[in-house]
Amino acid sequence: MADALLKIEGIHKRFGGLHALNDVGLTINRGEIYGLIGPNGAGKTTLFNVLTGLYQPDEGKFTFNGQDLFRQKPHVVVKAGIARTFQNIRLFGEMTALENVMVGRHVRTKAGALGAILRDRATMAEEKAIRDRARELLNYVGIGNVANERARNLSYGHQRRLEIARALATDPTLLALDEPAAGMNPRETEDLQALMEKVRSSGVTLLLIEHDVKLMMTLCDRIAVLDYGKKIAEGVPQEVKSNPRVIEAYLGAAHA
Amino acid sequence: MDIFLQQILNGLVLGSIYALIALGYTMVYGIMGLINFAHGEVVMFGAMVTISIIGMLTGMGLSLPGPVVVLLALMLAIPVCMLMGFAIERIAYRPLRNAPRLAPLITAIGLSIVLQNVAILIWGRNYIPFPPLLPHDPINVLGASITDLQVFIVISAIAIMAGLLFMVEKTKLGRAMRATSQNPAVAGLMGVNVNTIISATFVLGAGLGAVAGVMVAANYDQAHSHMGFLIGLKAFTAAVLGGIGNLGGAVVGGILLGVIESLGAGYIGDLTGGFLGSHYQDIFAFAVLILVLVFRPSGLLGERVAERA
Repeated sequence: MADALLKIEGIHKRFGGLHALNDVGLTINRGEIYGLIGPNGAGKTTLFNVLTGLYQPDEGKFTFNGQDLFRQKPHVVVKAGIARTFQNIRLFGEMTALENVMVGRHVRTKAGALGAILRDRATMAEEKAIRDRARELLNYVGIGNVANERARNLSYGHQRRLEIARALATDPTLLALDEPAAGMNPRETEDLQALMEKVRSSGVTLLLIEHDVKLMMTLCDRIAVLDYGKKIAEGVPQEVKSNPRVIEAYLGAAHA
Repeated sequence: MDIFLQQILNGLVLGSIYALIALGYTMVYGIMGLINFAHGEVVMFGAMVTISIIGMLTGMGLSLPGPVVVLLALMLAIPVCMLMGFAIERIAYRPLRNAPRLAPLITAIGLSIVLQNVAILIWGRNYIPFPPLLPHDPINVLGASITDLQVFIVISAIAIMAGLLFMVEKTKLGRAMRATSQNPAVAGLMGVNVNTIISATFVLGAGLGAVAGVMVAANYDQAHSHMGFLIGLKAFTAAVLGGIGNLGGAVVGGILLGVIESLGAGYIGDLTGGFLGSHYQDIFAFAVLILVLVFRPSGLLGERVAERA
Protein backbone atom coordinates (compact mmCIF):
# COMPACT_ATOMS: atom_id res chain seq x y z
CA MET A 1 0.00 0.00 0.00
CA ALA A 2 1.34 3.40 -0.96
CA ASP A 3 2.30 5.88 1.72
CA ALA A 4 -0.09 8.87 1.75
CA LEU A 5 1.62 12.25 2.12
CA LEU A 6 -1.26 14.62 1.55
CA LYS A 7 -4.90 13.84 2.03
CA ILE A 8 -7.88 16.12 1.55
CA GLU A 9 -11.50 15.14 1.91
CA GLY A 10 -14.75 16.92 1.19
CA ILE A 11 -13.16 20.29 0.48
CA HIS A 12 -15.62 23.05 -0.38
CA LYS A 13 -14.77 26.59 -1.37
CA ARG A 14 -17.38 29.13 -2.39
CA PHE A 15 -16.93 32.65 -3.68
CA GLY A 16 -20.33 34.22 -3.24
CA GLY A 17 -22.57 32.22 -5.57
CA LEU A 18 -19.70 30.40 -7.26
CA HIS A 19 -19.01 26.94 -5.91
CA ALA A 20 -15.34 26.84 -6.93
CA LEU A 21 -14.54 23.57 -5.18
CA ASN A 22 -17.33 21.10 -4.59
CA ASP A 23 -16.56 18.15 -2.35
CA VAL A 24 -13.04 17.59 -3.65
CA GLY A 25 -10.99 14.82 -2.12
CA LEU A 26 -7.66 13.38 -3.17
CA THR A 27 -4.63 11.60 -1.81
CA ILE A 28 -1.07 12.21 -2.93
CA ASN A 29 1.46 9.52 -2.14
CA ARG A 30 5.01 10.10 -1.07
CA GLY A 31 7.46 10.26 -3.95
CA GLU A 32 4.98 10.43 -6.82
CA ILE A 33 4.33 13.05 -9.43
CA TYR A 34 0.64 13.86 -9.19
CA GLY A 35 -1.03 15.79 -11.98
CA LEU A 36 -4.08 18.00 -11.84
CA ILE A 37 -5.81 18.78 -15.13
CA GLY A 38 -9.11 20.20 -16.20
CA PRO A 39 -10.60 22.89 -18.44
CA ASN A 40 -10.06 26.56 -17.66
CA GLY A 41 -12.00 27.63 -14.60
CA ALA A 42 -12.31 24.07 -13.31
CA GLY A 43 -10.88 25.07 -9.92
CA LYS A 44 -7.30 23.84 -10.24
CA THR A 45 -5.64 27.04 -9.07
CA THR A 46 -8.28 27.49 -6.36
CA LEU A 47 -7.35 24.06 -5.07
CA PHE A 48 -3.68 25.08 -5.12
CA ASN A 49 -4.50 28.18 -3.14
CA VAL A 50 -6.39 26.11 -0.59
CA LEU A 51 -3.52 23.65 -0.30
CA THR A 52 -1.00 26.45 0.32
CA GLY A 53 -3.07 28.42 2.82
CA LEU A 54 -3.79 31.39 0.57
CA TYR A 55 -7.51 30.56 0.62
CA GLN A 56 -9.34 29.23 3.62
CA PRO A 57 -11.66 26.38 2.60
CA ASP A 58 -15.27 26.52 3.83
CA GLU A 59 -15.48 22.86 4.77
CA GLY A 60 -13.45 19.69 4.58
CA LYS A 61 -10.40 17.97 5.95
CA PHE A 62 -6.78 18.59 5.08
CA THR A 63 -3.92 16.60 6.54
CA PHE A 64 -0.33 16.64 5.40
CA ASN A 65 2.47 14.45 6.67
CA GLY A 66 0.35 13.59 9.71
CA GLN A 67 -0.35 17.23 10.51
CA ASP A 68 -3.76 18.94 10.37
CA LEU A 69 -3.47 21.93 8.03
CA PHE A 70 -7.16 22.81 7.67
CA ARG A 71 -7.44 26.62 7.58
CA GLN A 72 -3.83 27.28 8.44
CA LYS A 73 -1.87 30.41 7.52
CA PRO A 74 0.56 30.22 4.56
CA HIS A 75 3.67 30.44 6.73
CA VAL A 76 2.46 27.46 8.76
CA VAL A 77 1.71 25.46 5.64
CA VAL A 78 5.14 26.14 4.18
CA LYS A 79 6.75 25.17 7.45
CA ALA A 80 4.88 21.88 7.31
CA GLY A 81 6.57 21.26 3.96
CA ILE A 82 4.39 22.47 1.07
CA ALA A 83 5.95 24.95 -1.36
CA ARG A 84 4.58 26.28 -4.61
CA THR A 85 5.14 28.32 -7.73
CA PHE A 86 2.60 30.51 -9.47
CA GLN A 87 0.83 30.38 -12.81
CA ASN A 88 1.59 34.07 -13.27
CA ILE A 89 5.13 34.38 -11.96
CA ARG A 90 5.31 36.19 -8.63
CA LEU A 91 8.91 36.90 -7.81
CA PHE A 92 10.22 39.74 -5.68
CA GLY A 93 11.05 41.74 -8.79
CA GLU A 94 13.30 44.35 -7.21
CA MET A 95 15.44 41.81 -5.41
CA THR A 96 18.24 39.81 -7.00
CA ALA A 97 17.77 36.19 -8.00
CA LEU A 98 19.97 35.18 -5.10
CA GLU A 99 17.99 37.27 -2.61
CA ASN A 100 14.74 35.76 -3.85
CA VAL A 101 16.01 32.30 -3.01
CA MET A 102 17.42 33.54 0.30
CA VAL A 103 13.94 34.72 1.29
CA GLY A 104 12.82 31.15 0.67
CA ARG A 105 15.23 29.99 3.38
CA HIS A 106 13.42 32.18 5.88
CA VAL A 107 11.17 29.42 7.11
CA ARG A 108 14.06 27.08 7.91
CA THR A 109 16.23 29.54 9.80
CA LYS A 110 16.01 30.95 13.27
CA ALA A 111 17.80 34.30 13.58
CA GLY A 112 15.41 37.02 14.70
CA ALA A 113 15.47 40.79 14.94
CA LEU A 114 17.91 40.71 17.82
CA GLY A 115 20.43 38.78 15.75
CA ALA A 116 20.11 41.36 13.00
CA ILE A 117 21.14 44.05 15.46
CA LEU A 118 23.78 42.21 17.46
CA ARG A 119 25.29 40.33 14.51
CA ASP A 120 26.64 37.63 16.79
CA ARG A 121 28.59 34.67 15.52
CA ALA A 122 25.62 32.30 15.24
CA THR A 123 23.69 34.84 13.15
CA MET A 124 26.62 35.45 10.84
CA ALA A 125 27.16 31.71 10.39
CA GLU A 126 23.50 31.23 9.61
CA GLU A 127 23.52 34.10 7.13
CA LYS A 128 26.43 32.48 5.33
CA ALA A 129 24.65 29.11 5.32
CA ILE A 130 21.56 30.78 3.81
CA ARG A 131 23.67 32.39 1.09
CA ASP A 132 25.55 29.18 0.30
CA ARG A 133 22.38 27.12 0.10
CA ALA A 134 20.73 29.73 -2.14
CA ARG A 135 23.71 29.67 -4.54
CA GLU A 136 23.58 25.89 -4.58
CA LEU A 137 19.89 25.94 -5.49
CA LEU A 138 20.41 28.47 -8.29
CA ASN A 139 23.05 26.15 -9.72
CA TYR A 140 20.72 23.19 -9.22
CA VAL A 141 18.01 24.72 -11.40
CA GLY A 142 20.65 25.90 -13.84
CA ILE A 143 20.64 29.69 -13.40
CA GLY A 144 23.67 30.18 -11.14
CA ASN A 145 25.12 32.60 -13.69
CA VAL A 146 22.40 35.22 -13.10
CA ALA A 147 22.50 35.18 -9.28
CA ASN A 148 23.04 38.93 -8.95
CA GLU A 149 20.56 40.07 -11.59
CA ARG A 150 17.32 41.66 -10.48
CA ALA A 151 14.55 39.10 -10.78
CA ARG A 152 12.39 41.29 -13.01
CA ASN A 153 15.21 41.58 -15.55
CA LEU A 154 15.51 37.82 -16.05
CA SER A 155 14.15 36.04 -19.09
CA TYR A 156 10.84 34.29 -18.76
CA GLY A 157 12.35 30.80 -18.64
CA HIS A 158 14.84 31.90 -16.01
CA GLN A 159 12.08 33.44 -13.92
CA ARG A 160 10.21 30.13 -13.96
CA ARG A 161 13.34 28.34 -12.80
CA LEU A 162 13.98 30.96 -10.15
CA GLU A 163 10.50 30.38 -8.75
CA ILE A 164 11.27 26.69 -8.50
CA ALA A 165 14.59 27.40 -6.77
CA ARG A 166 12.86 29.75 -4.33
CA ALA A 167 10.23 27.11 -3.56
CA LEU A 168 12.91 24.44 -3.09
CA ALA A 169 14.70 26.74 -0.64
CA THR A 170 11.91 26.08 1.85
CA ASP A 171 12.96 22.38 1.93
CA PRO A 172 9.53 21.19 0.82
CA THR A 173 8.26 17.63 1.08
CA LEU A 174 5.68 18.51 -1.56
CA LEU A 175 6.42 20.93 -4.37
CA ALA A 176 3.33 22.28 -6.12
CA LEU A 177 3.91 23.76 -9.58
CA ASP A 178 1.14 25.79 -11.22
CA GLU A 179 1.56 25.56 -15.02
CA PRO A 180 5.35 25.50 -15.01
CA ALA A 181 5.54 24.90 -18.76
CA ALA A 182 3.14 27.70 -19.73
CA GLY A 183 4.65 29.83 -22.46
CA MET A 184 7.70 27.64 -22.95
CA ASN A 185 8.94 26.34 -26.27
CA PRO A 186 9.39 22.56 -26.76
CA ARG A 187 13.11 22.75 -25.96
CA GLU A 188 12.50 24.62 -22.69
CA THR A 189 9.68 22.23 -21.81
CA GLU A 190 12.05 19.30 -22.25
CA ASP A 191 14.61 20.93 -19.93
CA LEU A 192 11.88 21.59 -17.42
CA GLN A 193 10.77 17.98 -17.54
CA ALA A 194 14.33 16.87 -16.81
CA LEU A 195 14.45 19.29 -13.89
CA MET A 196 11.20 17.93 -12.45
CA GLU A 197 12.47 14.36 -12.74
CA LYS A 198 15.62 15.44 -10.95
CA VAL A 199 13.62 17.07 -8.15
CA ARG A 200 11.50 13.96 -7.77
CA SER A 201 14.52 11.69 -7.59
CA SER A 202 15.89 13.87 -4.79
CA GLY A 203 12.93 12.71 -2.71
CA VAL A 204 10.45 15.55 -3.21
CA THR A 205 6.85 14.74 -4.09
CA LEU A 206 5.42 16.84 -6.93
CA LEU A 207 1.96 18.20 -7.58
CA LEU A 208 1.51 19.65 -11.02
CA ILE A 209 -1.09 21.72 -12.84
CA GLU A 210 -0.44 21.78 -16.54
CA HIS A 211 -2.27 22.18 -19.82
CA ASP A 212 0.37 20.39 -21.85
CA VAL A 213 -1.42 17.02 -21.83
CA LYS A 214 1.44 15.21 -23.56
CA LEU A 215 3.84 16.38 -20.86
CA MET A 216 1.44 15.29 -18.15
CA MET A 217 0.92 11.86 -19.66
CA THR A 218 4.63 11.13 -19.79
CA LEU A 219 5.57 12.73 -16.47
CA CYS A 220 2.79 11.96 -14.00
CA ASP A 221 2.28 8.77 -12.04
CA ARG A 222 -1.34 9.61 -11.36
CA ILE A 223 -3.68 12.32 -12.58
CA ALA A 224 -6.87 13.83 -11.20
CA VAL A 225 -9.31 15.71 -13.42
CA LEU A 226 -11.36 18.65 -12.17
CA ASP A 227 -14.39 20.06 -13.93
CA TYR A 228 -16.68 22.76 -12.54
CA GLY A 229 -15.11 22.37 -9.11
CA LYS A 230 -15.65 18.62 -8.92
CA LYS A 231 -13.21 15.79 -9.28
CA ILE A 232 -14.53 13.74 -12.21
CA ALA A 233 -11.71 11.22 -12.60
CA GLU A 234 -8.51 9.99 -11.02
CA GLY A 235 -6.01 7.33 -11.94
CA VAL A 236 -2.93 6.49 -13.98
CA PRO A 237 -2.60 8.53 -17.19
CA GLN A 238 -3.85 5.79 -19.52
CA GLU A 239 -7.06 5.28 -17.52
CA VAL A 240 -7.76 8.96 -17.31
CA LYS A 241 -7.13 9.50 -20.99
CA SER A 242 -9.79 6.97 -21.99
CA ASN A 243 -12.32 7.96 -19.33
CA PRO A 244 -15.51 9.10 -21.14
CA ARG A 245 -16.28 11.78 -18.52
CA VAL A 246 -12.87 13.34 -19.12
CA ILE A 247 -13.31 13.34 -22.87
CA GLU A 248 -16.71 14.90 -22.39
CA ALA A 249 -15.35 17.63 -20.15
CA TYR A 250 -12.65 18.52 -22.62
CA LEU A 251 -14.34 18.01 -25.96
CA GLY A 252 -18.08 18.08 -25.25
CA ALA A 253 -20.66 15.29 -24.95
CA ALA A 254 -20.70 14.41 -28.66
CA HIS A 255 -17.20 12.94 -28.51
CA ALA A 256 -17.65 10.80 -25.43
CA MET B 1 28.49 84.26 1.98
CA ASP B 2 28.67 83.39 5.66
CA ILE B 3 24.86 83.49 5.82
CA PHE B 4 24.85 80.96 3.04
CA LEU B 5 27.24 78.63 4.84
CA GLN B 6 25.48 79.17 8.15
CA GLN B 7 22.13 78.24 6.64
CA ILE B 8 23.61 75.17 4.96
CA LEU B 9 24.91 74.01 8.35
CA ASN B 10 21.58 74.71 10.04
CA GLY B 11 19.88 72.88 7.20
CA LEU B 12 22.05 69.83 7.66
CA VAL B 13 21.15 69.63 11.34
CA LEU B 14 17.45 70.09 10.68
CA GLY B 15 17.58 67.84 7.63
CA SER B 16 19.21 64.90 9.35
CA ILE B 17 16.46 65.02 11.96
CA TYR B 18 13.79 65.18 9.24
CA ALA B 19 15.46 62.24 7.55
CA LEU B 20 15.27 60.08 10.69
CA ILE B 21 11.56 60.80 11.02
CA ALA B 22 10.93 60.44 7.29
CA LEU B 23 12.36 56.92 7.46
CA GLY B 24 9.57 55.98 9.86
CA TYR B 25 6.95 57.20 7.39
CA THR B 26 8.54 55.64 4.39
CA MET B 27 9.20 52.22 5.96
CA VAL B 28 5.58 51.87 6.99
CA TYR B 29 4.41 53.08 3.58
CA GLY B 30 6.75 50.67 1.83
CA ILE B 31 5.38 47.71 3.75
CA MET B 32 1.68 48.45 3.88
CA GLY B 33 0.96 51.42 1.64
CA LEU B 34 -0.24 53.44 4.60
CA ILE B 35 0.70 56.94 5.73
CA ASN B 36 1.04 56.67 9.49
CA PHE B 37 0.12 60.23 10.45
CA ALA B 38 0.47 59.33 14.12
CA HIS B 39 4.22 59.04 13.62
CA GLY B 40 4.80 62.70 14.48
CA GLU B 41 3.18 62.05 17.85
CA VAL B 42 5.60 59.22 18.52
CA VAL B 43 8.39 61.73 17.89
CA MET B 44 6.79 64.11 20.39
CA PHE B 45 6.42 61.33 22.96
CA GLY B 46 10.08 60.48 22.49
CA ALA B 47 11.02 64.01 23.50
CA MET B 48 8.51 64.29 26.34
CA VAL B 49 9.23 60.90 27.88
CA THR B 50 12.96 61.57 27.74
CA ILE B 51 12.54 64.90 29.53
CA SER B 52 10.41 63.23 32.21
CA ILE B 53 12.96 60.47 32.71
CA ILE B 54 15.77 63.03 32.93
CA GLY B 55 13.72 64.73 35.64
CA MET B 56 13.44 61.47 37.55
CA LEU B 57 17.12 60.65 37.14
CA THR B 58 18.28 64.05 38.35
CA GLY B 59 15.71 63.85 41.15
CA MET B 60 17.40 60.69 42.35
CA GLY B 61 20.48 62.75 43.05
CA LEU B 62 22.82 60.79 40.80
CA SER B 63 25.98 62.70 40.06
CA LEU B 64 26.43 61.68 36.46
CA PRO B 65 27.69 63.96 33.69
CA GLY B 66 24.88 65.71 31.79
CA PRO B 67 25.26 63.94 28.43
CA VAL B 68 25.27 60.55 30.18
CA VAL B 69 21.98 61.36 31.90
CA VAL B 70 20.43 62.38 28.57
CA LEU B 71 21.67 59.25 26.81
CA LEU B 72 20.44 57.05 29.65
CA ALA B 73 17.01 58.69 29.52
CA LEU B 74 16.92 58.29 25.75
CA MET B 75 17.77 54.60 26.05
CA LEU B 76 14.77 54.21 28.36
CA ALA B 77 12.49 56.34 26.17
CA ILE B 78 13.23 54.38 23.01
CA PRO B 79 11.58 51.17 24.25
CA VAL B 80 8.58 53.20 25.44
CA CYS B 81 8.14 54.64 21.95
CA MET B 82 8.74 51.26 20.35
CA LEU B 83 5.97 49.82 22.48
CA MET B 84 3.81 52.71 21.34
CA GLY B 85 4.58 51.98 17.69
CA PHE B 86 3.72 48.34 18.25
CA ALA B 87 0.45 49.22 19.98
CA ILE B 88 -0.54 51.76 17.32
CA GLU B 89 -0.29 49.16 14.59
CA ARG B 90 -1.99 46.48 16.65
CA ILE B 91 -4.90 48.55 17.87
CA ALA B 92 -5.50 51.07 15.13
CA TYR B 93 -4.28 49.62 11.84
CA ARG B 94 -4.38 45.85 11.97
CA PRO B 95 -8.17 45.62 12.26
CA LEU B 96 -8.34 47.77 9.12
CA ARG B 97 -5.81 45.80 7.10
CA ASN B 98 -8.34 44.87 4.44
CA ALA B 99 -10.46 47.99 4.67
CA PRO B 100 -10.56 50.62 1.88
CA ARG B 101 -7.45 52.81 1.93
CA LEU B 102 -9.27 55.85 3.22
CA ALA B 103 -10.27 54.15 6.48
CA PRO B 104 -6.76 53.68 7.93
CA LEU B 105 -5.83 57.18 6.76
CA ILE B 106 -8.67 58.74 8.71
CA THR B 107 -7.84 56.50 11.66
CA ALA B 108 -4.26 57.75 11.50
CA ILE B 109 -5.37 61.36 11.73
CA GLY B 110 -7.76 60.54 14.56
CA LEU B 111 -5.07 58.67 16.41
CA SER B 112 -2.74 61.61 16.05
CA ILE B 113 -5.30 63.87 17.73
CA VAL B 114 -5.91 61.35 20.50
CA LEU B 115 -2.20 61.05 21.23
CA GLN B 116 -1.75 64.83 21.30
CA ASN B 117 -4.48 65.06 23.88
CA VAL B 118 -3.02 62.26 25.94
CA ALA B 119 0.21 64.25 25.96
CA ILE B 120 -1.66 67.35 27.11
CA LEU B 121 -3.19 65.32 29.96
CA ILE B 122 0.24 64.13 31.04
CA TRP B 123 2.46 67.13 30.41
CA GLY B 124 0.07 70.05 30.03
CA ARG B 125 -0.18 72.66 27.31
CA ASN B 126 2.95 74.64 28.01
CA TYR B 127 6.37 74.48 26.51
CA ILE B 128 8.59 72.23 28.58
CA PRO B 129 12.25 73.25 28.76
CA PHE B 130 14.85 70.66 27.90
CA PRO B 131 17.12 70.38 30.98
CA PRO B 132 20.39 72.26 30.39
CA LEU B 133 22.59 69.18 30.59
CA LEU B 134 24.18 69.32 27.16
CA PRO B 135 26.97 71.62 26.04
CA HIS B 136 26.11 74.12 23.32
CA ASP B 137 29.63 75.33 22.60
CA PRO B 138 29.86 76.96 19.19
CA ILE B 139 32.48 75.74 16.77
CA ASN B 140 33.61 78.17 14.11
CA VAL B 141 33.51 76.81 10.57
CA LEU B 142 34.78 79.39 8.03
CA GLY B 143 32.89 82.17 9.71
CA ALA B 144 29.71 80.19 10.34
CA SER B 145 29.03 78.51 13.65
CA ILE B 146 27.66 75.15 14.67
CA THR B 147 27.45 73.80 18.22
CA ASP B 148 29.11 70.58 19.28
CA LEU B 149 25.66 69.23 20.11
CA GLN B 150 24.62 69.85 16.51
CA VAL B 151 27.69 68.11 15.18
CA PHE B 152 26.82 65.18 17.40
CA ILE B 153 23.22 65.20 16.13
CA VAL B 154 24.29 65.09 12.48
CA ILE B 155 26.91 62.39 13.01
CA SER B 156 24.68 60.12 15.07
CA ALA B 157 21.74 60.58 12.70
CA ILE B 158 23.92 59.57 9.77
CA ALA B 159 25.29 56.59 11.69
CA ILE B 160 21.80 55.41 12.63
CA MET B 161 20.57 55.78 9.07
CA ALA B 162 23.56 53.90 7.69
CA GLY B 163 22.89 51.13 10.20
CA LEU B 164 19.27 50.94 9.14
CA LEU B 165 20.07 50.83 5.43
CA PHE B 166 22.63 48.11 6.07
CA MET B 167 20.09 46.15 8.09
CA VAL B 168 17.50 46.37 5.32
CA GLU B 169 19.91 45.46 2.52
CA LYS B 170 22.02 42.81 4.18
CA THR B 171 20.22 40.97 6.95
CA LYS B 172 17.54 38.34 7.11
CA LEU B 173 15.07 40.69 8.77
CA GLY B 174 15.70 43.33 6.11
CA ARG B 175 15.26 40.81 3.34
CA ALA B 176 11.96 39.70 4.85
CA MET B 177 10.89 43.36 5.04
CA ARG B 178 11.71 43.98 1.41
CA ALA B 179 9.98 40.77 0.35
CA THR B 180 6.89 41.72 2.34
CA SER B 181 6.81 45.19 0.81
CA GLN B 182 6.95 43.75 -2.70
CA ASN B 183 4.42 40.98 -2.21
CA PRO B 184 3.07 40.15 1.25
CA ALA B 185 1.14 37.08 0.12
CA VAL B 186 4.14 35.46 -1.52
CA ALA B 187 6.41 36.45 1.37
CA GLY B 188 3.99 34.55 3.62
CA LEU B 189 4.32 31.53 1.37
CA MET B 190 8.08 31.66 1.90
CA GLY B 191 7.57 31.35 5.63
CA VAL B 192 7.80 35.05 6.43
CA ASN B 193 5.34 35.88 9.19
CA VAL B 194 3.94 39.04 7.65
CA ASN B 195 2.36 40.28 10.88
CA THR B 196 5.68 40.06 12.69
CA ILE B 197 7.42 41.98 9.91
CA ILE B 198 4.79 44.71 9.97
CA SER B 199 5.11 44.99 13.75
CA ALA B 200 8.90 45.12 13.44
CA THR B 201 8.60 47.93 10.91
CA PHE B 202 6.44 50.02 13.21
CA VAL B 203 8.74 49.33 16.15
CA LEU B 204 11.86 50.30 14.22
CA GLY B 205 10.26 53.45 12.85
CA ALA B 206 9.10 54.45 16.34
CA GLY B 207 12.60 53.92 17.71
CA LEU B 208 14.04 56.25 15.07
CA GLY B 209 11.26 58.72 15.83
CA ALA B 210 12.09 58.71 19.54
CA VAL B 211 15.72 59.55 18.81
CA ALA B 212 14.67 62.31 16.43
CA GLY B 213 12.27 63.75 19.01
CA VAL B 214 15.05 64.06 21.57
CA MET B 215 17.31 65.66 18.95
CA VAL B 216 14.68 68.30 18.21
CA ALA B 217 14.07 69.01 21.87
CA ALA B 218 17.77 69.19 22.69
CA ASN B 219 18.52 71.40 19.72
CA TYR B 220 15.74 73.92 20.49
CA ASP B 221 15.95 73.43 24.29
CA GLN B 222 12.23 72.76 24.54
CA ALA B 223 9.42 70.36 23.80
CA HIS B 224 5.67 70.73 23.48
CA SER B 225 2.67 68.46 23.23
CA HIS B 226 1.91 69.78 19.73
CA MET B 227 5.43 69.68 18.37
CA GLY B 228 4.78 66.36 16.61
CA PHE B 229 2.28 67.76 14.17
CA LEU B 230 4.42 70.20 12.23
CA ILE B 231 7.61 68.21 12.33
CA GLY B 232 5.70 65.08 11.36
CA LEU B 233 4.15 66.85 8.39
CA LYS B 234 7.52 68.16 7.28
CA ALA B 235 9.14 64.76 7.59
CA PHE B 236 6.26 63.36 5.56
CA THR B 237 7.03 66.03 2.96
CA ALA B 238 10.65 64.90 3.01
CA ALA B 239 9.57 61.30 2.46
CA VAL B 240 7.40 62.35 -0.49
CA LEU B 241 10.22 64.49 -1.88
CA GLY B 242 12.60 61.52 -1.82
CA GLY B 243 10.00 59.11 -3.15
CA ILE B 244 7.80 57.56 -0.51
CA GLY B 245 8.52 53.91 0.13
CA ASN B 246 12.18 54.39 -0.77
CA LEU B 247 14.56 54.41 2.21
CA GLY B 248 17.44 56.16 0.46
CA GLY B 249 14.89 58.66 -0.81
CA ALA B 250 13.81 59.50 2.75
CA VAL B 251 17.40 60.28 3.70
CA VAL B 252 18.03 62.42 0.62
CA GLY B 253 14.61 64.07 0.87
CA GLY B 254 15.06 64.84 4.57
CA ILE B 255 18.44 66.48 4.21
CA LEU B 256 17.42 68.34 1.08
CA LEU B 257 14.26 69.65 2.71
CA GLY B 258 16.21 70.80 5.76
CA VAL B 259 18.66 72.71 3.59
CA ILE B 260 15.93 74.22 1.39
CA GLU B 261 14.03 75.36 4.44
CA SER B 262 17.08 76.90 6.10
CA LEU B 263 18.20 78.69 2.98
CA GLY B 264 14.67 79.91 2.43
CA ALA B 265 14.47 81.22 5.98
CA GLY B 266 17.83 82.92 5.57
CA TYR B 267 17.01 84.74 2.37
CA ILE B 268 13.26 85.26 2.48
CA GLY B 269 13.69 88.71 4.08
CA ASP B 270 16.00 89.88 1.31
CA LEU B 271 13.91 88.31 -1.41
CA THR B 272 10.68 89.97 -0.33
CA GLY B 273 12.30 93.25 0.64
CA GLY B 274 11.62 92.62 4.32
CA PHE B 275 7.94 91.91 3.75
CA LEU B 276 8.21 88.33 5.04
CA GLY B 277 10.55 87.37 7.86
CA SER B 278 12.35 84.14 8.67
CA HIS B 279 9.41 82.91 10.74
CA TYR B 280 7.76 82.18 7.40
CA GLN B 281 10.20 79.33 6.86
CA ASP B 282 7.41 76.74 6.96
CA ILE B 283 6.23 78.05 3.60
CA PHE B 284 9.16 76.38 1.92
CA ALA B 285 8.51 72.86 3.15
CA PHE B 286 4.94 72.97 1.94
CA ALA B 287 5.79 74.73 -1.31
CA VAL B 288 8.17 71.82 -1.92
CA LEU B 289 5.38 69.34 -1.11
CA ILE B 290 3.03 70.98 -3.59
CA LEU B 291 5.67 71.22 -6.32
CA VAL B 292 6.66 67.59 -5.90
CA LEU B 293 3.06 66.39 -5.95
CA VAL B 294 2.38 68.40 -9.10
CA PHE B 295 5.54 67.75 -11.09
CA ARG B 296 7.02 64.52 -9.78
CA PRO B 297 4.56 62.64 -7.56
CA SER B 298 6.85 59.62 -7.39
CA GLY B 299 9.58 61.74 -5.78
CA LEU B 300 13.25 62.07 -6.61
CA LEU B 301 14.21 58.41 -6.23
CA GLY B 302 10.73 57.00 -6.41
CA GLU B 303 10.43 55.08 -9.66
CA ARG B 304 9.59 51.94 -7.73
CA VAL B 305 6.60 53.48 -6.05
CA ALA B 306 4.81 54.25 -9.27
CA GLU B 307 3.74 50.65 -9.66
CA ARG B 308 2.42 50.53 -6.11
CA ALA B 309 0.35 53.66 -6.06
